[in-house]
Amino acid sequence: MLNYVIRRLAVAIPTLLILIITCFILMKIAPGGPFTSERPLPPQVLANIEAKYGLDKPQWLQLVDYVKNIVLHFDFGPSFKFKDRDVNDIIAQGLPISLTYGFLSFVVAAVCGIALGVTAAIRHNTWIDYFAVSLGIAAQALPNFIMGPILILTFTLYLGWLPGGGWNGGQWPYLIMPVIALSTSFIGSISRLTRSSMLEVMNSNFIRTAKAKGLSTSTILWRHAMKPTMLPVISYLGPVFVYVLTGSVFVDLYFSTGGLGQSYVGSALNRDYSVLLGVTILYGSLTVIVNLLTDLAYAWFDPKIRF
Amino acid sequence: MKTPNLFVAGLLATTMMTAPALAANHPVTGEALADDQTFTYRVLDEHSSVDPQVVEDVTGSEIVRDLFEGLFNQDADGNLVPGVALSYEVNDAKDVFTFKLRDDAKWSNGDPVTAGDFVYGWQRLIDPELASPYSWFGELMSIENAAAILAGEKPVTDLGAVAIDDHTLEVKLTSSLPYFPLMTTHASTFPAPKSVIEAHGDDWTKPENIVSNGAYVLTEHLPNERSVRERNAMYWDNDNTIIEKVVALVINDENVALTRYLAGELDRTEVPAGQFPKLKTEHPDEAVSFPRLCSYYYTINLTDTTPEALKDQRVRQALSLAVDRDIIVDKVLAGGQTAAYTFTPEATAGFNIPAIDVASMTQAERDAKAKELMAEAGYTDGLDLELIYNTSESHKKVAVAISQMWKTKLGVNVELANQEWKVFLETRGNQDYQVARAGWCGDYNEASTFLDLMQTGSGYNDAKYSNAKVDELLGQAKTAADPQPLYTMVEEIIADEMPIIPIYHYAGVFMLDTDLGNWPVNNVEQNWYSKDLYKKAE
Amino acid sequence: MFGNKLENMDLAAEVNELSNAQGRSLWRDARERFVANKAAMACVAVLGMIVAFTIIGPFFAEWSNEEIDWDRMGAIADEGAPSFENGHFFGLDDLGRDMYSRVIQATTTSLLVGLIGAFMALVVGTLYGISAGLIGGRVDAIMMRIVDILLAIPSVLVIILLLVIAGKSFFMLFIALGAVSWLTMARIVRGQTLTLKNREYIEAARAAGVSEFTIMYRHILPNMLGVIIVYASLLVPDMILAESFISFLGLGISEPHTSLGRLIAEGAGTMAYGTLWQLAFPLFFYVTIIITMFFIGDGLRDALDPKDR
Repeated sequence: MLNYVIRRLAVAIPTLLILIITCFILMKIAPGGPFTSERPLPPQVLANIEAKYGLDKPQWLQLVDYVKNIVLHFDFGPSFKFKDRDVNDIIAQGLPISLTYGFLSFVVAAVCGIALGVTAAIRHNTWIDYFAVSLGIAAQALPNFIMGPILILTFTLYLGWLPGGGWNGGQWPYLIMPVIALSTSFIGSISRLTRSSMLEVMNSNFIRTAKAKGLSTSTILWRHAMKPTMLPVISYLGPVFVYVLTGSVFVDLYFSTGGLGQSYVGSALNRDYSVLLGVTILYGSLTVIVNLLTDLAYAWFDPKIRF
Repeated sequence: MKTPNLFVAGLLATTMMTAPALAANHPVTGEALADDQTFTYRVLDEHSSVDPQVVEDVTGSEIVRDLFEGLFNQDADGNLVPGVALSYEVNDAKDVFTFKLRDDAKWSNGDPVTAGDFVYGWQRLIDPELASPYSWFGELMSIENAAAILAGEKPVTDLGAVAIDDHTLEVKLTSSLPYFPLMTTHASTFPAPKSVIEAHGDDWTKPENIVSNGAYVLTEHLPNERSVRERNAMYWDNDNTIIEKVVALVINDENVALTRYLAGELDRTEVPAGQFPKLKTEHPDEAVSFPRLCSYYYTINLTDTTPEALKDQRVRQALSLAVDRDIIVDKVLAGGQTAAYTFTPEATAGFNIPAIDVASMTQAERDAKAKELMAEAGYTDGLDLELIYNTSESHKKVAVAISQMWKTKLGVNVELANQEWKVFLETRGNQDYQVARAGWCGDYNEASTFLDLMQTGSGYNDAKYSNAKVDELLGQAKTAADPQPLYTMVEEIIADEMPIIPIYHYAGVFMLDTDLGNWPVNNVEQNWYSKDLYKKAE
Repeated sequence: MFGNKLENMDLAAEVNELSNAQGRSLWRDARERFVANKAAMACVAVLGMIVAFTIIGPFFAEWSNEEIDWDRMGAIADEGAPSFENGHFFGLDDLGRDMYSRVIQATTTSLLVGLIGAFMALVVGTLYGISAGLIGGRVDAIMMRIVDILLAIPSVLVIILLLVIAGKSFFMLFIALGAVSWLTMARIVRGQTLTLKNREYIEAARAAGVSEFTIMYRHILPNMLGVIIVYASLLVPDMILAESFISFLGLGISEPHTSLGRLIAEGAGTMAYGTLWQLAFPLFFYVTIIITMFFIGDGLRDALDPKDR
């Protein structure tokens, strides 16, 4: 088990290295640079700036320096756009915010989605089932970015219950709308997945045997059906978790939360190379770790798997 | 700020009970002032920096003008008023300026503001080691040795700005520059606190470290969310400052910003394109529009990479004639923008709009003339063109409307291509386009800030337009006693040769809370200072 | 949006296990089961109606998708509402263009994006997966390592950079979408290939001197078709959702062309200004397409998976 974890983490290092190189190349191919602006800088000024950030060196050397600084000093470099801050600052400031509302959204989506799915499966082919299925499909079919303006219009302008945006250290009134907006579509997909997985399990031979033995419904459900039901759900939750952290740009844009999603998309558009690379590495590492955790969780739910 | 947050509302209520604020009146107008003197406004994007020598965006400059104070400020009409400097003297050749500084100006840590702080700031600006993106401004100011220092050929200490004593600053210029003091309202010329910068390095602009000499100090900065500045008790004119706290909220989506304004969370926000008439009816006192010193135009590629048709002056004229500017300003944007037939806006100080026939024709006459010109040029069967613009809702609307005008009136088929900002700049800058959207805002209130773009060598001349006569006239204008007739002549040449198609002159279109007093609507450069604002009691 | 990959992969894997066991009558059985699935058949009918609408609809349009109604422009909230009298059945957009024609055009675009994007992923993913699986050994390990690395790059970044680098043509949109979605397909197909290639009948074919290409073409591919179809049908709504996200970032296709995602993003921006039809019509078509696709995908899976019923 421990060996397995160590092996997986060791493989992650070359993965991340290739990730850095791929990103670096893609980034450099993109037209325009961090200092391309509406008013082109005079050549001398541009030369000074490029010298300051080491952009005058050959590309391969820039890459080597970049990796060296990360490995030796854990320094991801300065931001080219936001000159008062460096990448470490930006991540240190944005990540906790993204993690907070991302994790809450994840919990809300998982709890509501699984509850909805299980309820629908138990009451298979009743109006509760149909209602839950419709709700799930509607939630999943709505493009999640329209949730932003709808929520703000409703709760801020018409009802006046919630502040229209901002973070304020993550107080609950500021969290409600981002969490609703981010979790809705996943409540839909998780509930659909849970429902179909549970239906399958309930039809399987070992549950039929349990029923034939006269075990109570709740015992069957919690002691026997729950674990196998969760298997496909678990493997789905991993990517969802990464997504709520990486794909949350619309939450940051509409609710001014100051999370990492906006910095990330912004850095791609601003050609803020160092921020883009830094956050990509962060997201890449996160993906590796979450995948590992997913596999470990999978093993816990499925006794057939051994490392 | 009205906030629906119950906690905050409760908190405000208790503060009011325990410490009732004294009802105050405005010292000049006598209006009753609100107890809560907080000004909250929306900004589109996170600011790039609050370091006066490094800042390069409008949002950042607004903050820097509150945090720091330069030699001179602008009043509500854009006129020069004393800041740290009380007065200046200039020699006859207009190339040596001597500024007299006030002796009561202080940094927020209590240190006096001296001429040396200005010298340090200006040296920083052009220091290759800091590599400020605005270091070209130091060169533009024509300070002695600036260019050589920028190129790394001389040490920064050779800069032609010297502190004669703590309160006298002498500046030597390489050429005569009568409007030099106007440039000292620019953020990059503000003083810098040497001891603080040396103690904290790059981190000196963080709220916990920053020391500034303006009416406000930075107290909070949450990137992509908000920045807060509060009254600086050390500021020399602190007694006359009314606004206690200024909050800039980053709200990327303009429609969401408007919603939050209507919910009472903001005192000022921009009006989305096309929504002004409706808002003006519903909130007549809050929706405001005033002219800005900016031009919106389409630039035409005149280099060899352009199609043959665009090299024909008549085609360019026809394209310009067929643009119904009244529809663009009244129906597409509808925010008080004005139709443009010249590059330089009419609002520019001293500028006389030339008598251009096109401006006085009716649109029907223009359309007829346009068809005539196209026929003359031999393009009766129409033409295929490509128009690029950077991704934005309002640029898109203008481009779609104009492409339809060209299509229906002239049979010109326009392929629209919206490009991501940096790609767009690269494409346009490399003359890899046919017709491209462009915009220009004046750096200072004089026609040359626009017309210099039409010079042969100008780095911003994306049309690569070149006319010896224009170059000559603009050269003369630099030294002429009255350059205005020369500018008018240049506009006439442009209107004839049409390297660019002027479309409209910008307007500042805002929702301003009626509580907010003294917003400088007459300042065409929109250089505003929170210390001049106040909140009226409701 | 991009998170559905694993869900689909699991479902697909499951289908294959069973379909292999079923033998030759599978296809007829599957068709019968699908036809018997009322929800899926209803959705096929609805989707068919939408497709028919995009083909027949333009004949009834009185305005093209790019013409501006100059008389009503500038007063959209008051005069731009849907109306049969002035020929704007779905109302006008913010600039005075006919929403009816624009919605038809957008629906066509979104359906194409969904289908071609899914097809791209299918072709690339299948070829890559089969190659890796058949060649095996070190090459297989390297090829799969590459897929793992690419999966670790956030798809938002790939899409943005690709669209930025290559400009914004319709073609690039498909490439960008295909580029982020073929990876999971490749993994599934490779897994299937590995299990199939050691089956007796493949061994037998090989012993009989059938070439590797023929084996792949005649024996392996047909046996995986069920999995591939199910996965691809689930990819279509994913593609449409992803396109709407690209449009939200302002990186979609160029005017005057439009897509449902773009119309929805525009409509959502102006929904507070009394022009709700600008959101309602594209959203209706969008949601309908996504929902029918879900049910059709589910129906296909059920049809190819007898155990579930």
